Amino acid sequence: MTSYKSNLWSRARAIQAIRKFFIDRDYLEVETPILIPSPAPEVHIDAIRTSRGFLHTSPELCMKRLLSSGHSRIFQICKCFREGERGDIHLPEFTLLEWYKIDADYMDLMEECEELIRFVVREQDMGDKVEYQEMEIDLKGPWDRITIKEAFEKYSSLTLDECLRTGKFDETIVTEIEPQLDKSGPVFLYDYPSSLAALSRLKKNDPGFAERFELYIGGLEMANAFSELNDADEQRSRFVKDEERRRRMGKEEYSFPHKFIEDLRQMPSSAGIAFGIDRLVMLLTNSPEIDQVVSFTPEEL
Amino acid sequence: MYNASDLRKGLKIQIDGDPYIITDFQFSKPGKGQSLYKCRLKNMINNTIVDRTYRSGDTFEKPDLSERKMQYLYNQDNEYHFMDVQSYEQSMLTEEQVGEAKNYLIDNLEVDILFFGTTPIGITVPNFVNLTVTRADPWVKGDTSSGDSKPVTLETGYTLRVPPFIEEGIKIQVDTRTGEYVTRVKE
Repeated sequence: MTSYKSNLWSRARAIQAIRKFFIDRDYLEVETPILIPSPAPEVHIDAIRTSRGFLHTSPELCMKRLLSSGHSRIFQICKCFREGERGDIHLPEFTLLEWYKIDADYMDLMEECEELIRFVVREQDMGDKVEYQEMEIDLKGPWDRITIKEAFEKYSSLTLDECLRTGKFDETIVTEIEPQLDKSGPVFLYDYPSSLAALSRLKKNDPGFAERFELYIGGLEMANAFSELNDADEQRSRFVKDEERRRRMGKEEYSFPHKFIEDLRQMPSSAGIAFGIDRLVMLLTNSPEIDQVVSFTPEEL
Repeated sequence: MYNASDLRKGLKIQIDGDPYIITDFQFSKPGKGQSLYKCRLKNMINNTIVDRTYRSGDTFEKPDLSERKMQYLYNQDNEYHFMDVQSYEQSMLTEEQVGEAKNYLIDNLEVDILFFGTTPIGITVPNFVNLTVTRADPWVKGDTSSGDSKPVTLETGYTLRVPPFIEEGIKIQVDTRTGEYVTRVKE
């Protein structure tokens, strides 16, 4: 038995608090289809195929189409599925919170992230500090912000350019950057190289980088966010390139998300974020493994 | 052939011609990046430890490992000799390769010898082995510092703690996984 009864109570309370947080801020809670014909052709995220399409890896494309149809603030809590992802902090079926708002950018989302987590923690009757794996994490803001460029200068043995050229970016993030990030408080790692941001807007004054951030708390990667790209032609050409890379890697081919690209033409300037609920519950319950915060793992079925 | 997604703790793979066992395994996947498989590996021939990070797309040979039932014969110059119970073929392991198992090796004990190709590289002894006590000091009553046990030496030279009533010449059962006393063997 790997799930603990009290963790399921914390999990339920966290999800209820998240709903309250967004409802109080006039966000519309939405549900979008889980079974879809055309996942985003992201190079390193693999969808699970069914006999009638794919299980979504994130509700991102459908949620952006809702922004195009006139909704201005939306959130969703849903199960997402990713092939081959299983480890101490990964499950192939996991729970994601996504929220999107128009007339906002990734910096606005950093602030909203801080407010959300402090709210959820308070609703658990915890103070502004949480203890996670013998670390005391201070959640009082403002949280640390460090650009990818600064992080590589500070913590990596290779330069950012060298890592990008030799395909060692992800490895360096995992083996050198993540372990050295300050764990006494949450950290936003931001401004990712443009080549690593399939759906985000590039920085106006520095197009080598994209307006994307990842949030780390206690060494756990919690969230990924961007100022959303809403240039349909640019998005189409990025998808075509990524599809080509997937083909070369021998990965599953998806049908092209034409309707998403068409709707993107009407999408206002917006920002969106994907936030891992299971990992948030790991933090709240001081659990080192994701297995401890779900009712059942795939191996238990 | 194994793929990176097959990697897990306990899996045996071949690297640069040597068999390795994965002793620690961690799956990680940063942000929208590629899957990384961090492994701590032990070389099954010389026990050296290496850390490697693999990615999806990496492939690995399966090492040609097999186990054979053999009987322990004798030890000479720190070489331990065994005989295949079916073919009578003999094989040898060094003291280092035998490791802890040497505490339980008595004549004719049937063991599993691990082969990499045709080379013997390791040994597994039965979980329980019966051994004779060759030296036991009388228990000093009132010696509370040692609790309810006393040290004895077995026929293999192995020393362990046993209950006070175990005397010289008695046969006891030892759990080879923990090295601890289990029970007195009645004959």
